Amino acid sequence: MSLKIEEVEHIAKLAHLDLSAEEKARYREQLSDILDHIAKLNELDTSGISPMANAVVGASPLRADKARPSLPREKLLQNAPDAEKGQFKVPAVFGEKKK
Amino acid sequence: MKELKALLDGKTTSRALTEACLARVESLDSTLHSFLHVDKSALERASSVDAKSPLAGLPIAVKDVLMVEGMPATCGSKILEGFMPPFTATAVKKLQDAGAIVIGKTNTDEFAMGSSTENSAYITTRNPWNLDRVPGGSSGGSAAAVAAGIVPAALGTDTGGSIRQPASYCGISGIKPTYGRVSRYGLAAYGSSLDSVGVLGRSVDDLVPLFEVMVGKDPLDATTVDAPTSKGERPFAPTLDGIKIGVPAEYFVKGMQAEVEGRVREAIEMMKSLGAEIVPINLLHTEYALPVYYILAPAEASANLARYDGIRYTPRESEKSLQDVYRQTRGKRFGAEVERRIMLGTYALSAGYYDAYYGQAQKVRTLIRRDFEQAFENVDAIAAPIAPTTAFEIGKHGGDPLSMYLEDIFTLPANLAGVPGLALPVGFDNDKMPIGMQLMGAPFSEENLFAIGRAYQGATDWHEMKPNV
Repeated sequence: MSLKIEEVEHIAKLAHLDLSAEEKARYREQLSDILDHIAKLNELDTSGISPMANAVVGASPLRADKARPSLPREKLLQNAPDAEKGQFKVPAVFGEKKK
Repeated sequence: MKELKALLDGKTTSRALTEACLARVESLDSTLHSFLHVDKSALERASSVDAKSPLAGLPIAVKDVLMVEGMPATCGSKILEGFMPPFTATAVKKLQDAGAIVIGKTNTDEFAMGSSTENSAYITTRNPWNLDRVPGGSSGGSAAAVAAGIVPAALGTDTGGSIRQPASYCGISGIKPTYGRVSRYGLAAYGSSLDSVGVLGRSVDDLVPLFEVMVGKDPLDATTVDAPTSKGERPFAPTLDGIKIGVPAEYFVKGMQAEVEGRVREAIEMMKSLGAEIVPINLLHTEYALPVYYILAPAEASANLARYDGIRYTPRESEKSLQDVYRQTRGKRFGAEVERRIMLGTYALSAGYYDAYYGQAQKVRTLIRRDFEQAFENVDAIAAPIAPTTAFEIGKHGGDPLSMYLEDIFTLPANLAGVPGLALPVGFDNDKMPIGMQLMGAPFSEENLFAIGRAYQGATDWHEMKPNV
């Protein structure tokens, strides 16, 4: 199958990736090749087969819902590109102009 | 492990060993490029380590996708340039608590996505057996560092073969544990239902002491399971009497390098001469592992890597709008393979395609797991090649991601089924490049695999071969 360039742009938008025209063209070709290979799965009749969501052997036991200490705030902010008053700082979300 | 024994017997000190490791990094790594970060303060820690602790100050290296507090963690990506983790991965913490000294972080394909370390945003590691070849990947830095004798053992991770394949390419041993046997807490998640943390070392004896410390239930990773381990000295069984080893027809395919098949078959013959019963078996859905993996792993990756967004712990590339922060930071700082897998996964999970891709892949994964369950009703372990070829030349697969993916066809099934795999060196090809074999076992049967591996290595000396570096 061949992906359309609009599909590549749609996927990039969903994935929050800013791509150049050259990257879009290249990924279109490469992803189309990979999807061709993946189409092999349709050879198999899987009716009645239950999906395997993870590889855990046996049931995952539940744990008590108890509060426990987290890492200190300064440590969690130490890698932030921008922080203020103990918070992550981001550009305005609701269309406000950044001062 | 001879280094550990020397430490425990008081024949050497952690400081002396660590100093030797750091000196070897200094002299070799400008050509080998196996490390992304070397921690000079390791020497201080080695000086004050408890010599009576189980690992007695053993120097090790850690793949740079695992968090070690006090050392940068890049995951081989520009998006984590300068990141200092505020915590240490459980597997590493357990080793440190047992007396291991982490001397540095080893190179990896970006977020462990690759089979050669060529996808590292920083540098390509060289294979110590031939500097023009790749060391394999994604734990290529760890494999090269062990093979070159820089450290006696190193941690790696294996999502689709990333411990076993570089072990094979570099002529060393490696254990990919059962899914859930070793905590993933503090491992930068790639494919969460497939990721496992394991060890690379020259021989099986070098893997066991670290493996035994790392295993067990961790409240910080809900998928971990407590399985009994037989701690301490285990009796060395020189024969394989009563052991049944399955050989799957599907792992000997047209197009694979003839010497790889030859050496693996010789290794199987050797196990037979040690008393093992060799049983031809089938793992009928093997050929579907590649398409299943390249739906599920990218789908999981597309969700896991959403956290690298320019807000909390990555550099930020724009200040225009929130959307722009996300898109520019990710677009500029992720490498091509990571972008491809995020795109592939996003597509497979998007509206209208979910059932056809993700749903179908999950069902075929069930079939692959059943193949293994059925096989392990009759055999104790499965012996198979690790990769269809020996280490390839740097740049060989450039621009053709699918041809690189095909290097993984023999390693992906164990991750999909969640079973353990032990990589063992079994010889060389005509170019003197190492060849590996894997032993796969039922969930939580690592000790069995180690026993078989030790018997094999007791009768052969491939694990003692060292490259001239």
